[in-house]
Formats: sequence, C-alpha cells, structure tokens
Amino acid sequence: MSADTLTVAAGTGAHPLHYAAASGVFSLSWLLIVLPLAGAAVLLIGGRRTDKFGHVIGTAAAAASFVVGVVLFAALLGRDGDNRAISQHLYSWIPVNGFQVDVGLLVDQLSIVFVLLITGVGTLIHIYSIGYMAHDPARRKFFGYMNLFLASMLLLVLGNNFLSLYAGWELVGLSSYLLIKFWEDRPAAATAANKAFYMNRVGDVGLALAIMFMFATVGSTGFADVFGAAAGGVIGYGTITAIALLLLLGACGKSGQFPLQAWLPDAMEGPTPISALIHAATMVTAGVYLIVRSAPIFNETQAARTVVVIIGAITILLGCVIGCAYDDIKKVLAYSTVSQIGYMFLAVGLGPAGYALGIMHLLAHGFFKAGLFLGAGSVIHAMDDDQDMRHYGGLWRYMPVTWATFGLGYLAIIGFPGLSGFFTKDRIIETAFDKGGTSGYLLGSIALLGAGITAFYMTRLFLMTFHGTKRWSSEGAEAHHPHEAPVSMTGPMIVLAFGSVFAGGLFVLGHSLQDWLEPVAGEGEGVHTFSPLVLTLLTLVVTIGGFGAAYLRYQLRPVAVQAPTDSEVTLVTVAARHDLFANTFNETVAMRPGQFLTRFLVWLDLVGVDGLVRGSAAGIGGLSGRMRRLQTGFVRSYALSMLGGAVLVVGALLLVRG
Amino acid sequence: MNPANYLILAALLFTIGTVGVLVRRNAIVVFMSIELMLNASNLTLVTFSRIHGTLDGQIMAFFVMVVAAAEVVIGLAIILSIFRTRRSASVDDVNLLKY
Amino acid sequence: MTHETLLTAAGAITSTSTGEAVTFWILAPVAVLTALGMVLVRSAVHSALLLVANLFCVAVFYMIQQAPFLGFVQIIVYAGAIMVLFLFVLMLVGVDSSDSLVETIRGQRLGAAIFGLGFAGLLVFPIGSAINDGSAKGLDTANTGGNVQAIGRLLFSQYVFVFEAISALLVVAAIGTMVLGHREREGGRITQRDWMQRRFAEGAQVTPLPGPGVFAQHDSANTLGLLPGGGHASGIGGTPAAGPPGGPAGSGPAGGGPVDGGPDRPGETGPGAPPAASGGDGDDTDGGSRPGSDPADANDSALAGAGKGEDR
Repeated sequence: MSADTLTVAAGTGAHPLHYAAASGVFSLSWLLIVLPLAGAAVLLIGGRRTDKFGHVIGTAAAAASFVVGVVLFAALLGRDGDNRAISQHLYSWIPVNGFQVDVGLLVDQLSIVFVLLITGVGTLIHIYSIGYMAHDPARRKFFGYMNLFLASMLLLVLGNNFLSLYAGWELVGLSSYLLIKFWEDRPAAATAANKAFYMNRVGDVGLALAIMFMFATVGSTGFADVFGAAAGGVIGYGTITAIALLLLLGACGKSGQFPLQAWLPDAMEGPTPISALIHAATMVTAGVYLIVRSAPIFNETQAARTVVVIIGAITILLGCVIGCAYDDIKKVLAYSTVSQIGYMFLAVGLGPAGYALGIMHLLAHGFFKAGLFLGAGSVIHAMDDDQDMRHYGGLWRYMPVTWATFGLGYLAIIGFPGLSGFFTKDRIIETAFDKGGTSGYLLGSIALLGAGITAFYMTRLFLMTFHGTKRWSSEGAEAHHPHEAPVSMTGPMIVLAFGSVFAGGLFVLGHSLQDWLEPVAGEGEGVHTFSPLVLTLLTLVVTIGGFGAAYLRYQLRPVAVQAPTDSEVTLVTVAARHDLFANTFNETVAMRPGQFLTRFLVWLDLVGVDGLVRGSAAGIGGLSGRMRRLQTGFVRSYALSMLGGAVLVVGALLLVRG
Repeated sequence: MNPANYLILAALLFTIGTVGVLVRRNAIVVFMSIELMLNASNLTLVTFSRIHGTLDGQIMAFFVMVVAAAEVVIGLAIILSIFRTRRSASVDDVNLLKY
Repeated sequence: MTHETLLTAAGAITSTSTGEAVTFWILAPVAVLTALGMVLVRSAVHSALLLVANLFCVAVFYMIQQAPFLGFVQIIVYAGAIMVLFLFVLMLVGVDSSDSLVETIRGQRLGAAIFGLGFAGLLVFPIGSAINDGSAKGLDTANTGGNVQAIGRLLFSQYVFVFEAISALLVVAAIGTMVLGHREREGGRITQRDWMQRRFAEGAQVTPLPGPGVFAQHDSANTLGLLPGGGHASGIGGTPAAGPPGGPAGSGPAGGGPVDGGPDRPGETGPGAPPAASGGDGDDTDGGSRPGSDPADANDSALAGAGKGEDR
C-alpha cells in the first residue's frame, strides 16, 4: 500500500495521522534490524571460529543499531510534529491477489522511543554481559541469541503492519525461549523455558486470531488501513471489541499479566542480563506497545478498555503481594516487573489520557528495572550464584558501586521524589483517580495501595541485601568473598542509574514526552478529582508507610537465615509463596483437562481412526486375497468373462435402443 | 427370401465359433473357431454391402481376410514355439500367469 | 461349377431370387452343421476338414450375394492357403491330450452354453425384427463393369492407404513368423562324422535301422518283438553290454526293454516326433543301468531324449 498519501484520523480524531514516505536518512531504517540480525547470523553460523571475538561483534552490532536509532531520532526531531511518521516500503511479502502483505517499516514517535530503549538498554546489557558471561564457554552463542532478540524486537516495534508485528512477536518469543534455557543442562531452566513458551502460545493465539479478524473485516493488516477503518467506524462494535480483547490476550501473554503471569518469574532461570533485557526492560513491555499502537482500536471500545484496566489492577496487587513473600532476589524483581507492567496496563486501559503515561512509565521502568536486575546480577555474581536474600546482608560495604546504583534504582521504583518512578507512577495514580466515579476511586486506591506495597517489598529487598547483619561467612566450606564487579559490569549499571534518576523528570517536565507521543496516542483532557499536590502527598505518605513497615521489620529486627516454615506464617504469606496458587490453578484448569483430552484423543486415534484405517486395509486385503482366486490363469475362463461382458453390452444396447 | 436370413446365419456361426473358443482346449482348434467367427462377421459385411448397395462392405471383408491371414500365420508360429518348449498345444497348460 | 457359370450366376442375381433361396436353404444348414461339427468332433484334423467345408459354404454365400471376387478369394486364401497351414501345423504338433473333450474347468461348459445361447438370442431376435421387409438395394449399379473391376477401383483409389497399411501388416507378419520360428543352433554344424562318433561313443545301435514292418531285429531270446498293438511283448530286457540280464523288463511305453529302439529310431530321426516315441537315447543309459525304473524316471528320460532330439 502506498502509505505516503494515506491520511487517517487517529487517536481522538483531533489530529490526522499522516504517514510520510521514507526518504533521506529514513530510507536506512532497515539497518536498525539488519545490523543485529547480521551479528546474530555471523555468531550463530560462524560457530566456534568466532568464539574469541564473538562478544565484540555482538556488542558492536547492538551499538551500531543504537547509533542508527539516535540518528533517526535526531532526524525526526528535525521535522515538524505532524510529519514525524515515516513509512518505508521494503518488499511485498505475500503478493497474493486479494491478500497483499507488504513488509514495511514505520518510524514514528512511538516506535522511535522503543527503538532507543531497545538498542540503548540492549547495548548497555551487551557490555554488561561481556563481564557477566566472561567465564561461560558458550558466551558467543549467548551474544548471538541476544542479537537475534534485538533484531526480532526491533522488527516487532518497527513493522508497519500487524503481520510484521506478529513475526517479530513470535521471534522474540523464540529468542526468549532460547535465552531462558541458555543453561539448558539445568532442568529448572529447561522447564521454565518450556513453560514460558507454552504460556506465550496462549497469548499468541489471541494475537493471531485478532489479526485474522482484522483481515476478515478490513481486508488488510496494515496499520494505516486497520486504524483508518477503526476510527472511521467501519468495524462494528462487537467485532472491534472482540479484536481488542484478542489483542489484549496476546498482550497479557507476552507481558506476564493476569491470568498468564505465571511464566515470568520462572523465566528468571535464565542468565541475569537476559532477565534485565528481555524479562524486565523490553520484551515483556511489548504488550503495552501493542495496546498503545492499537490505540485507535481500543479508543472505539469502552468494554475492552475496562477489561484492560481490571487486568492491570489485579496484576498490580498480585505482583506486589507475591513479591513480598519471596526470598529469591530475582523472583522478587520479577514479580515487581509483573506489578509495574500492571501499572502500565492500568494506564493504557484508561484510554487517551493514559497511553502516553503508560509509555512513560514503561521507559522509566526500562531504565530502573534493568538497573536493578543488573545490580542483582552483580550481587549474585559476587555471592557465587546464590540468589537467596536471606543469605546476604551488609553487602554495601563490599560492593559500593552496586549499592549506589541499585539504591538509585530502588529509590526510583518506590517513587522517591525527583526520581523517575515518582513522576511516572504518580501520574498514573492521578489519572486513575481522574477517571471519576466509583471505578475511578477503586482503581486509584488500588494503584495507591500498590505503591505502598511496592515500597514495602523493595525496601525489604534492599535492606536484606545490602544492610543489616552479615548472614554469610567468609570462612569455611560455604565461604563467600563478595567483591565489586568489573568495569564492564559496573559501567552499564552507572549509566542506567543515571537514567533511573533523570528519565522521569525528562519525560514529565514540560509535557515533553506526552507532546511527542500525542500524534500517535492522542491526548485526553480529564477533570482532576484531587489536585495533583494532594495526591502527591498522599502517595508519599503511603510510600513512607510501606518503607517504614519494612524498615521496622527487616532493619530493626534480625532477619532469620532460614525462612520460616509455612506453619509459622499467615495464610496470605503461604498463598503468596505459592504464587497465589496460579500454577495450581493453571494445572487444574488447563493442564489436567488437556492431558485427559490428549489421552482420550490418543485412544480415539488408536482405536477409532487407526482401527478404521487398519480395518479397511485388512478388509481390502482379505477381499483381494479372495478376489485373487479369480485369476485362474486359464485363458478360456477369461474368454468366458469377456463373452459375459459382450452379452451384457449387447443387452444394454438393445435395452437403450428400445 | 429375406436377406436378414444371412445375418441370422452369420450370428449363429459367430456364436458357434465363440462357444468353440470357450470349450476347446487344443490351441489349433481354438484358432479355427476364431477363423469361423471372422468368417461369420465377413458374411455379415457382405450381406450389408448388398443391402446398402455399396461395395464398401466387401472391401472391409477383404481387409478382414488379409488380417485374418496375418493373424493365423503369427498365431500358429506362437503355438509352435510354445509347443516346442512345453510339448503341449493345450491352452490350459499355459496358465503360469495367475495368482 | 466353372468360373463362367458362377460369374454369370452372380451377375444374374439382383435381389433375392428363388434360386438363391434354394441355395441358401440347402447350404445354410450345412454351414451350421459343419460349424457345430468343427467344435464338437474330437480329432483336430476332422475339425479342420469340417471347417474347410464350412468355408466353402460361406464362399458360395458370397457368390450368390454378388461378391464373386470375395468368394474366390475365400476359397483360394482360406480354404487353400490358411487351412493347409492349419493342417501342416496340426501334423507338426501331433495329437495329444488336449484333444480330449473332457472339461477340466468347473462350470466352463455351463457358462459357455448359457452365454452362447444368450448371445445368439440377443443377436438373432433383434435382427429378425429389425429387417423384415426383405428388400435389398442390390449391387447391380455398384458392380457395373464387373465386381472385380469395381473392387479394384475402390481398393486403389479410396482405400489405397488402407491397402498399403495392410500390405505392410503382411510383411510384418511374415517377418514375425520367421522370428518366432527361428531356432539358434548351439555350437557348430553337426556333420555325419560327428553323428557316427556320438553313436559309437554311446554304444547305441550303429547299423541302419530296419525298414517298416520288421518287428524283430534279432532272432534272439532276449530281443522281444513288438506286439501288433505297438507295445512290447513281456520278457527279459537289458542290453548285452550294460544291463544285468534277467532283470524284469519294464512294460511301460518308454522305459521298456533296451532293444526296443527299433521302432523308435525312425521317430528319432523324424522331426518333432511325439515324446513317447523318442526316448531311445535315454533308455540305453538310464533304463539299462536301472532296471525296473519307475514311470517317472521313464518319463524323465523320455523328455531328456526329446531334448536331445531338439538339439540336433
């Protein structure tokens, strides 16, 4: 399709969406994807020959892609606001008559911020991985997979139609699977990878069905066509709600939202840089990207937006509550991710008022959560791969850089005034209250409560890790010798810490990001339920409450090295320790019936289908064995049959002729 | 006399030839039965030629005769060569091609 | 009947005349009877002769239907050439069990009868009902200037390509027959000298065989004469050279006494002799060394002898 002349009304309909044709530097946007893809190809096809310098190639590819992203961003800044969506047609993918799918790239305000996040954080984590994976014999393969992931993720956010997005969607799923089971000799990692893959499939089916629905109703999968049809009211309300809900199912699967959240904590079995890049900063936020990208669809259906909001609210609380119960540092961070993405869902579910806020929180979260994970990785590295926080304590003295960067990320996530989380999370809470009515109060309260619980469990995590008494020994068989990480690891952590500190302010102050995203996401003007100042104070109070509770519990009182058994804690804690029985639920509702169905189908296949096939084969075989006897070899018998045939033919002729 | 009598006679001769093929075992007699059938059809052709007043039927009969001659020559050669190897001229003895 | 009279008779017949009707009603039963006889008689030679009679009848039918050319061709080609070929092959193949009229395939006769009657019924009754006005256009116009000339004109004008194809077919048939009938000789040519050497090496009879009608070659007690029916008189067998005297002589047709080669010898020299009569060579070695050999052995040796006969 020629998107250059196509103008669609997007968002609130206030501003027309104009896709300009790619020219100049924008015709090089394909380099964004091709560079990491080439890196992956070299590393994965080159094999062991590239072992020595593979990490350099991988990092260089990521960095080059980042540079291209920055150049494009600068070029976009140079254009005026309505002319910043640039679509580039690459080639025709499926040129079937009546079903045209062209592969093209869409560089606009939304995709470019994702490009910067993906390539920027990605490059930092590549650098970090050089140190983190230094002793791993398969480091080259690791970098190859990471480059593959970058290419896939960029394809996901850059595609100008849903089919390209879907291809990227599946490819990031594949990369995620490959990286979770990177240490595939660990049964837990292999199981976690399979779990992630299966649960993502559930979501992917939703996305695939949504795309099919779009094609059936609109006749195209291109963004311009679909959004134009959605905004133009061509699609009926039922259909568009179904499409939106199916898109939401896909988003839930990829982003680890309720009810498909169970795979994300297990995915922490993968190497920590992967947890930081894929399962905190980028891939798991693809669901948010999908919803914001499909804003014209969600704008048309209040019902689907309500479901998004409900899922976001449930997930916030679920992630927070479970996050309080775990002792595994990465699991706590994982549930924190689940909960923070819940905030993003809550924001984007609020409609035009919240799209930009969701993206804003996403970007800020990308910085501080990546920083937190890298810090956690540094700690785990220092503690010889021990992930239990109860075995830490007092580490700040041994790893000051990690302590400082991790601390900044921690302050950012709980919303310390002036840091990223403070700006972005507060705005989400505020907008939730602004929704108005009972639902507005309910959502706002949940978001507020979530902020308090977040402060509690993050403080718990921070205190148990870096402060308090030393719960490890430097002597004996279980000796640990914590040390600061090498520069290749601390460098990215420092950069991300800066991001954690300043990103939020940069986005919020002067409405910079909201204005930037406004052509894509639209802008909602709401009536303030509370004045922003009141809400900020309220949030601060709740956060301080959570902090204080954690400080009392984990700083002033000693932390047991051995976790209390289930019988010693409350029922809520027991439930939280078991992921609020999400896995049990999944097993009972999905797995057992599925297994039963499979067994039944196998039985049906063996007895029914195979029986039919074998029975007919045996029947024909037996019949043939008997019919064979007709072949006596006597020519005269055959001649008799021929005469019989002749008699029949003559008789038939006479009958027909009358 | 009705010329159709020739046709009826030819039909009878043809049927007799057919039955001969079916009941005789001596390959040579079977061949002779086939010749009888060919003659019956020739008689039909000639009769129709006369009924329709054109000579085409006779020409056909002539061609049938030539083909029959060729067929007999080849057929008898085959019978002879089978007889040479199997010492038998019975069509029932040549029954290897069976189940 | 001479040619002239036949031709004039044929020319005179236009449609169905009384003469034709008489001829038909005389010859039609003859034709049917000879055809039936051909199928039913046991001897293949008799079959052939009955078929010749049938072919003559059909030739007459051709002639009285204004097709004198075909009639003569029928007599010359069929009754003359083809039937002679048949008889020749019959003589070559000889008479064997396939001439027996005992049916060996179950249900074959019943099926043949049912289908044959059904076929005949289906053919005859519609014809009777379809053509009942008894009129025929006749060939007077078409045969202007003579039947042979008219056929010749057609054959070399309208049907010339078919004619050429048919002549090609005849050539192919001739070549095919030669290919089928050809036998490759194994080894070099066998001279009379070779024959004699082999005969001496085998220890068989060296002297010429007695003429027909001589039943005993030797006036000796251990040489038995042929019985009038063709069998051997029972007695003591065994060759003077190899066989143990006093062994019971086989009374089978082939594995009998050693010196019964008398009547066999002509059979051996004759081409394509029946197997039962050509076992002379085998008998002298096998039958002689194993007196009282069972019939199967005798058969084997007979076949072996036949095989040797082939080789010559």
